[in-house]
Amino acid sequence: MANAISRETIEYVGILAKLELSPEEKEAARKDMERMLDYIDKLNELDTSQAEPMSHVFPVNNVFREDVVTNGNEREKILKNAPEQKAGAFKVPKTVE
Amino acid sequence: MRSILELTALELGRRIKKKEIGVEEAAKTALAQMRVLEPELNCYVTVDERMVLDQAQKVQKKIDDGELTGPLAGVPAAIKDNLCIEGLPATCSSRILENFMPSYTAEAVVRLLDGGAVILGKTNMDEFAMGSTTETSAFGATKNPWNPEHVPGGSSGGSCGAVAANECFYALGSDTGGSIRQPSSFCGVTGIKPTYGTVSRYGLIAYGSSLDQIGPVGKNVEDCTAVLELISSYDKKDSTSIARRDYDFTSALVDDVRGMRIGIPKDYLGAGLDGQVKEAILKAAGVLEKKGALVEEFDLSLTEYAIPAYYVIASAEASSNLSRFDGVKYGFRAKEYEGLHNMYKRSRSEGFGPEVKRRIMLGSFVLSSGYYDAYYLKALKTKALIKQAFDRAFKHFDVILGPTAPSTAPKLGQSLCDPLKMYLGDIYTISVNLAGLPAMSVPCGKDSQGLPIGVQLIGDCFQEKNIIRAGYAYECSRSYEQPELAVRGAERDQTMYGETGTPKGSMAMENKWTEESEGAGGMGEAAYAAAKRGAGIRITASPDGTGTGGAA
Repeated sequence: MANAISRETIEYVGILAKLELSPEEKEAARKDMERMLDYIDKLNELDTSQAEPMSHVFPVNNVFREDVVTNGNEREKILKNAPEQKAGAFKVPKTVE
Repeated sequence: MRSILELTALELGRRIKKKEIGVEEAAKTALAQMRVLEPELNCYVTVDERMVLDQAQKVQKKIDDGELTGPLAGVPAAIKDNLCIEGLPATCSSRILENFMPSYTAEAVVRLLDGGAVILGKTNMDEFAMGSTTETSAFGATKNPWNPEHVPGGSSGGSCGAVAANECFYALGSDTGGSIRQPSSFCGVTGIKPTYGTVSRYGLIAYGSSLDQIGPVGKNVEDCTAVLELISSYDKKDSTSIARRDYDFTSALVDDVRGMRIGIPKDYLGAGLDGQVKEAILKAAGVLEKKGALVEEFDLSLTEYAIPAYYVIASAEASSNLSRFDGVKYGFRAKEYEGLHNMYKRSRSEGFGPEVKRRIMLGSFVLSSGYYDAYYLKALKTKALIKQAFDRAFKHFDVILGPTAPSTAPKLGQSLCDPLKMYLGDIYTISVNLAGLPAMSVPCGKDSQGLPIGVQLIGDCFQEKNIIRAGYAYECSRSYEQPELAVRGAERDQTMYGETGTPKGSMAMENKWTEESEGAGGMGEAAYAAAKRGAGIRITASPDGTGTGGAA
């Protein structure tokens, strides 16, 4: 079964992935994805009707702890990595007009 | 006499303890080896010589004061660049993290430091650990020390290459689908991927969180086991960390496999497996059989479904994990953009390389509404079936033995043009991650081109001791082989460096490496980093601006 990925789908996935692809990259991504999905479709040969989806190999439960601060104030250290900062906060482009 | 560099990590640790070798001497010898070989191999992305020597002196003092008594105290190690260490950049070999300085240190590294490790530097990798050759690194490919025309494997290619080339005594890597075992196989070294949850992932930059595990790379099983024992722990900071009953892995280092049941999956010996690899694997099985193990072939089943299931699950998790790179809090931000959303998009598009984008796109697609059930849930169900197949196998066997990779290391430039083909090279390693199992790769010979072959030993969950025992017993039957280049470097280093390991005269390779010793005063008080980027090594300027620029 050959998968056909439309240009609209690639546009949509690009929005989900927050990636801005050039026209060449989009075309390459479309072909890549068709090929990968053709390969992944191999899974359809398997009868998985009796299987439960396994997200973790071991039964893991939520690990709870008291809601107390255990680390110190690391604002300076953390802000050092910010591409832009202002007044002790991360600076981003204007979002509300 | 053997050069210091040819010692195993544990041998060096013993000699440091006996005061036959100084910690600084060991570190300087490794740094000297890097100077000789790094221009050719590119195993490291960041090396900060002053930090190394500072640390060496501190560790020596603690050893002298009796504070550090562990078997690896004073032994220099290399760390894969997706593990955070405060004070050193963590790039994941990606442009998007080029200038990221972590504000904390990964738990596994903290444990190494507590054991007296001297961290030599950060090693090259496939970008965000996505790749099988270390060629997707934004800072240039690493070359295989056995033959620099070939890849070292990946994604922990820098760590495995550095161990093989004697540029460190052991290293940490990470393994999501084979990223420790496959490059270990290609570089002729030993690497262990522990049971999921054994080593804390705190401070490991995530790729596929349900599959990622940190593990050791070393010259032999003994070294890897000692390192594994050091880094394994229950850590509250990693919610998937598991409190194990038993962390005493080194007690399994016994040359005795009598009665051990070893199964070889027929599915692992079929089409696609190189004839010479197959021969070497079966020979290794024969050695264990001679030592008293009960070896038989069996049908594991479902092997061919592991890769498609893996790429759905790993890509889905990657698309989610890598959504944090948005140009706001850390990492690269595009210079030109219009508004917030465009800033996210531009920063990510300019910062990520092609393989990372490919997997983020695939991951976003399989998680999108309308496709989630057909792809993502289907893959999770397949994962459950694969786990069941292993559960059945481990009712009959203590260890599953097979190849680590279908072939030896391919030539540089041959893999990336066909991603699907590259993915198929992970066929024997990937199902281990899906099932959360421990596994290791141990060198078991070379092909006609002189490239190393690795045998993979897989254990049931929490049964590291079985694979350690099998690996160690096998290793006792042969001696460690190192690439000619690693010895050559060591020989050159002995003729070029004095007894103390201090560089004589102008040893820095035309600006490419910062010199320690007398020259260090000129670098200013603040720590300087000799950060290498790509083909050249860029010496980052020290904060006071006195650092010297090098080749970029």
